[in-house]
Amino acid sequence: MAEVQIKPLTLNFGPQHPAAHGVLRMVLEMDGEIVERADPHVGLLHRGTEKLIEHKTYLQALPYFDRLDYVSPMCQEHGFALAVEKLLGIEAPTRGQYIRVLFSEITRILNHLLNTGAFIMDVGATTPMLWTFEQRDKLLEFYERVSGARFHAAYFRPGGVHQDMPKGLDSDIAAFCDQFEAAIGDIETLATNNRIFRQRTVDIGVVSAEQAMALGFTGPMLRGSNVAWDLRKSQPYEVYDELDFDVVVGRNGDCFDRYVLRIEEMKQSVKIIRQCLDMMPGGEVLNEDHKFTPPRRSDMKQSMESLIHHFKLYTEGVKVPEGEVYASVEAPKGEFGVFLVSDGSSKPYKCKIRAPGFAHLAAMDELSKGHQLADTVAILGSMDIVFGEVDR
Amino acid sequence: MIDLFLTVVWPALKIVLTILAVIVPLILGVAYMTLAERKVIAAAQFRHGPNVVGPFGVLQPWADALKLMFKEVILPAGANKVVFFLAPMLTFALAMLAWAVMPITENFAIADINLGLLYLFAISSLGVYGIIMSGWASNSKYPFLGALRSAAQMVSYEVSMGLIIITVVITVGAGGFNLGNIVEAQRDLWFAVIHFPMFVVFFISALAETNRAPFDLPEGESELVAGYFLEYSSMQFALFFLGEYANILLMSAMTVTLFLGGYLSPVEVWFLGDVWMQPIWFMLKTSFIAFVFLWVRATVPRYRYDQLMRLGWKVFLPLSLFWVVLTSGIIVGFGL
Repeated sequence: MAEVQIKPLTLNFGPQHPAAHGVLRMVLEMDGEIVERADPHVGLLHRGTEKLIEHKTYLQALPYFDRLDYVSPMCQEHGFALAVEKLLGIEAPTRGQYIRVLFSEITRILNHLLNTGAFIMDVGATTPMLWTFEQRDKLLEFYERVSGARFHAAYFRPGGVHQDMPKGLDSDIAAFCDQFEAAIGDIETLATNNRIFRQRTVDIGVVSAEQAMALGFTGPMLRGSNVAWDLRKSQPYEVYDELDFDVVVGRNGDCFDRYVLRIEEMKQSVKIIRQCLDMMPGGEVLNEDHKFTPPRRSDMKQSMESLIHHFKLYTEGVKVPEGEVYASVEAPKGEFGVFLVSDGSSKPYKCKIRAPGFAHLAAMDELSKGHQLADTVAILGSMDIVFGEVDR
Repeated sequence: MIDLFLTVVWPALKIVLTILAVIVPLILGVAYMTLAERKVIAAAQFRHGPNVVGPFGVLQPWADALKLMFKEVILPAGANKVVFFLAPMLTFALAMLAWAVMPITENFAIADINLGLLYLFAISSLGVYGIIMSGWASNSKYPFLGALRSAAQMVSYEVSMGLIIITVVITVGAGGFNLGNIVEAQRDLWFAVIHFPMFVVFFISALAETNRAPFDLPEGESELVAGYFLEYSSMQFALFFLGEYANILLMSAMTVTLFLGGYLSPVEVWFLGDVWMQPIWFMLKTSFIAFVFLWVRATVPRYRYDQLMRLGWKVFLPLSLFWVVLTSGIIVGFGL
C-alpha cells in the first residue's frame, strides 16, 4: 500500500481572536490538538514610531512612548527620558527621581494586574480579570490626578517629571497599598491554589535558564527561569539603589512560575511604593536648568528670559549635543531600551527602541512545540505580549 | 357531535394543554436562565449585570430575543445547507423532548412511562448530534475542532453517568426505571445522602455533558473563539443558545429527580408537603442546582482536553463502577 502523507491542520490563530492579545496572527500547524509549529506574524500594528520620532523634537517624541506598550506607559517614557538626560548630561532632582520610581512601580502593578487577569482568563476563569480591573481603575485614577490622562500620560520628561504631585495624592496611594494585598489575596485564592489552574499551567511552556538567555528574554520571562537579572538591581538607575526590595525568581520557568512571579513582583512594588512615599524629600521635580526644561508658567509672566526659554523650547526644541547613547529601564515586561543618535540638532537622528515583547514573541514556536492548542493560549498569556511595543 | 368532541378533540386538546403546561414554563425558565447567568456572574465579579431594560433588567431576555430575531441569517460559503440549518433545530428539539418524562408532581408527568430514565438518557445522548452536525456543516476549522472535542467529551462522561444511573436503579429496586418510582423511593431518605459521592460525580458529569465550565472547551472562548456555533447567527444561534440552557435546566432537574427527592418536600410540616406545593419544590430545587452551574462558571478555569478525558475515564469511570458493585453487593448481601 502506498504511504499516505497526512497533511497537518493549519489553523489561523488571529488576528481576530479573543486570545490573540491584540493583533497577533499566528499560523499553527497542528496534528489534531497538538501544535507542531507556531509561526507568529508580526507587523499588523506597525505604526512606524521610530521613523516618526526622527521628525519630531525630543519633547514631541515623548508621547509616542506611551503608545508603545500601552499598558505600561510611564515606564517607556522613563526609558526615553533617561536616554535624553544622558545625552544632555543633566539629572532629575531627587524628588523628581522619587516620583518617577513611584510611578514606575505603579505602572508595574498596572501592567502585572492586566497580565495576570488576562492570563487567568486565557486559562478559562473569567472572574479574576474583573477584580484586577477594579484595582487597575484605582491606579489609573492616580495617573489621572498626576498627569491629567489615564493612559497616555506624557508625565516623565527629560529632566524630571512635568508637575509635582497634587496635594493628598500620597496619602491616597498609601491607602491603596493598604488594601491591595487583600485584593491580591482574593485573586490568588481563586487562581493560584486552584487545582485546575495548576494543571493548566505547571510544566507548560518550560524555558530553561540557558534557553531563556539564548532567546534574549528579559524581565519576568527571564526571572521565571531562575535567573536573578533585574536592571533595578544590576545597574540601578534613579534612586533604586537606596530602596529595599527583592528580586523575585521562579524555579522551573513554566507558565505557573511566571504567573506567581508577577504576583510577587506586585507585592514588591507595593513595598517600593511605600518606601518612596516615606523617603520622598521636598523640592523641585524638574531640572532647574531652563536651557533644557521649560520654565514655570508663573515665571514666564514676569521674566523675559523665561519667556524666551519657553519660546525656544516649544518651537525649536532642545538642542541635544552630538552623540550616541543607550539607556534602558526595567519595564514590567523586561528590559526596555532606547538607543538614541543625535546629530546636534533638536531632533533625534535615529531612535531605536528595544522592546522586550519582541524577543519573547519570537520564542513562541520554541515554547509551544508539542503542546496542545489550549497550552499555546496559556503560553501566549504568560508571555505578556502587547502589540504596541512588538510592532512599534 | 358531542361524541366526536369527547372521543377525539378533547383528548387531543388535553395532550396539547399538558405539553404546554410544561413547555411554556420551561421556555420562560430558559429565557430567564440567561438573565440569571448574567446576574450571578456579575455578582461574582462585583458588577451589576443587566439593569437597564425593565426593572432590574427583567425584560432583558425579551430584548435579546427581539434583537436576535431581527438579525440576518448568514450562511457560510462552504456550508452544507441542509445540515447547517438542521443542527440547531435538532439541538433545541431534543432539549425540549427530554422533559416529557420528568415528574413534576406525584401524579403529573406528560408521559409516565416505565422506562422513563432510559428515555431521558437516550435523548440526552442524542444531543451530541446537533453539535457534530453544526461543526461539520459549518465547513470551518474552529467549529470543527469544537465539535470533535464536544463529541469525545459527551460520550466519555455519559459512560460514568450511565453507571450512576444504574446505581440509582438498583437502589430503587423493582420499577426503578420509572422516574416517579425513583422519586417516591426517596420519601424517607434522599439518594444524595446514601450515594453522596455519586451525587457529586453526577453533578460534575452533568457539567461536562452540557459543555459548561470547567468543561466548556467545545466553545472555549480563548481557544476556539466560540466553538461549534461560531458560524451561526440570528435565530439559529438563538436555538443553540436556548438548547444549551434548556439542557442545563434538564440536567439540574435530572440531578434533583435522581438525588434530591424530586418534587418531594424536604420537610413534611403544615402545607409544605401538600401536592400543590410539589411543583414549587421541584422548581426551587432545580433552580438551586442551576444556580450552582452558574456559580461554578464564575469561579473555575477551564480543563484542557486531555485532562478532561483523564478525569472522565480514569477517575469517574472507576469510581462509579466501584460504587455500582458496592451498592449491589450491599443490597444482595444484606437482602435489602
